[in-house]
Amino acid sequence: MTPSNYLHPDLLTEKPLMRPTRDGFGEGLHDLGEQNPQVVALCADLTESTRMQAFAEAYPHRFVQVGVAEQNMATVASGMAAMGKIPFIASYAMFSPGRNWEQIRTTIAYNDRPVKIIGAHAGISVGPDGATHQAIEDIALMRVMPNMVVVAPCDAIEARKATLAIAAYKGPVYMRLGREKTPLVTNDDTPFVIGKAMTLLTRDTAHTKKLGIIATGTVVANAVRAARTLNVAGIGASVLHVATIKPLDEDAVRAFAEEHDALITVEEHQIAGGLGSAVAEYLAAARPTRIVFLGVHDTFGQSGEPDELLEHYGMSEKAIIAAAQKLFA
Amino acid sequence: MGYLSNHEEHALMRTANEIRQSIIESLIAAGSGHTAGPLDMADVFTLLFFKVAKLDPQNPFWAERDRIVLSNGHICPLLYATMAHRGFFPKEELLTLRKFGTRLQGHPHRGALPGLETTSGPLGSGLSQAIGMAIADRMDNPFTSKFIYALLSDGELQEGNTWEALMLAGKEKLHNLIAIVDRNGIQIDGFTKDVMPLEPLAEKFAAFNWDVQEVDGHNFHALYDAITKAQSVFGQPSIIIAHTIPSRGVDVFERDFRWHGNPPGKGPETSVPKDKQGEVALRKLRTLNDMLPLD
Repeated sequence: MTPSNYLHPDLLTEKPLMRPTRDGFGEGLHDLGEQNPQVVALCADLTESTRMQAFAEAYPHRFVQVGVAEQNMATVASGMAAMGKIPFIASYAMFSPGRNWEQIRTTIAYNDRPVKIIGAHAGISVGPDGATHQAIEDIALMRVMPNMVVVAPCDAIEARKATLAIAAYKGPVYMRLGREKTPLVTNDDTPFVIGKAMTLLTRDTAHTKKLGIIATGTVVANAVRAARTLNVAGIGASVLHVATIKPLDEDAVRAFAEEHDALITVEEHQIAGGLGSAVAEYLAAARPTRIVFLGVHDTFGQSGEPDELLEHYGMSEKAIIAAAQKLFA
Repeated sequence: MGYLSNHEEHALMRTANEIRQSIIESLIAAGSGHTAGPLDMADVFTLLFFKVAKLDPQNPFWAERDRIVLSNGHICPLLYATMAHRGFFPKEELLTLRKFGTRLQGHPHRGALPGLETTSGPLGSGLSQAIGMAIADRMDNPFTSKFIYALLSDGELQEGNTWEALMLAGKEKLHNLIAIVDRNGIQIDGFTKDVMPLEPLAEKFAAFNWDVQEVDGHNFHALYDAITKAQSVFGQPSIIIAHTIPSRGVDVFERDFRWHGNPPGKGPETSVPKDKQGEVALRKLRTLNDMLPLD
């Protein structure tokens, strides 16, 4: 197998470096404060935990605290964008875009305003807070909207780059972030381009079994580590990292499907409407391919430690390995 | 501030009446749409677009223009008619309302029509957009002379988003924001007092730290004085409750909530049969035209 030069050197060690993606967002937003005076930030009473704090402290006159009011946050941001601002709005994904979906649809997406919606604490790995706070529908909610770009960075390094990239993009964007510290997957040289997927690990060509794993968000780390184990165990596994779920990098997905016998998609999301659905919608027409979908299967989450939950719902390193072995059994 | 002469008032009355005729004509052509709100807010829109707001129809994206945000998008036949009469686009286009390929979408869409400030229709979102504009404008220039006008209906105040917005504007002390509520007392299902009572409305706004005025929404002098005063308020956003008569101008339609969401031809059967509703409305408005002072 061949790891990409863009993989973090510590990811495949016993102790990968760990940071939450929200930290990368916070640094990126702080960078933007310096770089672009039109960037403004709005938060719904979660400034510290969404990591808007550094921006809010450095640029208080460009920060608006809207209180616990996500519908208002989205619509106020639309109005600010109408005056030339580039607003970032942050809350937990369950509330934004969960609570304020119609406001986002009408006043941001249909209205085509360049508001950047940051959904923090996305996925099942929010953990002990339980199912009320585990946003596992947000990709579907945002992917279905015309004009909307959907981004899920795989680590803190990429989240920082993605924050700069989405600010420069002319339209509305949804970016989902995780709460927990997760392994650094990429390195400082790894490019981030909206709409581009990237192969992070290429299978051992000595094996006849050819498995493609397509993953997004923080579980990309699990996919890469699982693929390494699979390559040692006789299954040639590659990993395609899809940081932009919409627009999907169709050329990369098609080429990846052509190089492998079957695919496994991995996402911290309902399997309905997320990354796996996006891949399947495209490949069903372009190149019918066998796909196993790893994610949450039409159920709500529950309280628990993040690792326990990822294991239980089938998105952990072990779960990916098990799914691959079952696929080729 | 400015002054509204009697001569100007008479001109505004004639313009508003012409706009009402255009509303009826476009609704007849569309065969669907809302009647009561567009007719009752015609005086407020006419005053804003023809006297108060800084606008340039030839340069709809002029950066220094005032912003007029329509929140209750369903009264867009009025917005379109007012914009056409003000010169934003040809009046003939009003007859394309709601038709396939039109720039005059059934609810306003910003991308379709230059000069239209925002997409709206789903209720309760316009005030917050206006607040966003006011905050952004003040960030760029604390001494801004622009005004952001938000036009709201009374029924849509029932949306929670409105009260989130009211709280924020009070907190931010947005003196460059002026909201005008169409207090016509009706909504689709009936009178607001029956569907979901709003009173004491002025007290509610005041409690959210707004400067509040109540005026007759059909009296140009009273409206103009209220807006002028609102412009001079400092340290608070302003809201004007404009008391209006639903379907104002067509007496046989007036005050009947069943005209909220129906066009002439599909309104309630009263002394005027359905197939005569459009014709009667236009005749009433033309008669009114002849009665207005000419100067």
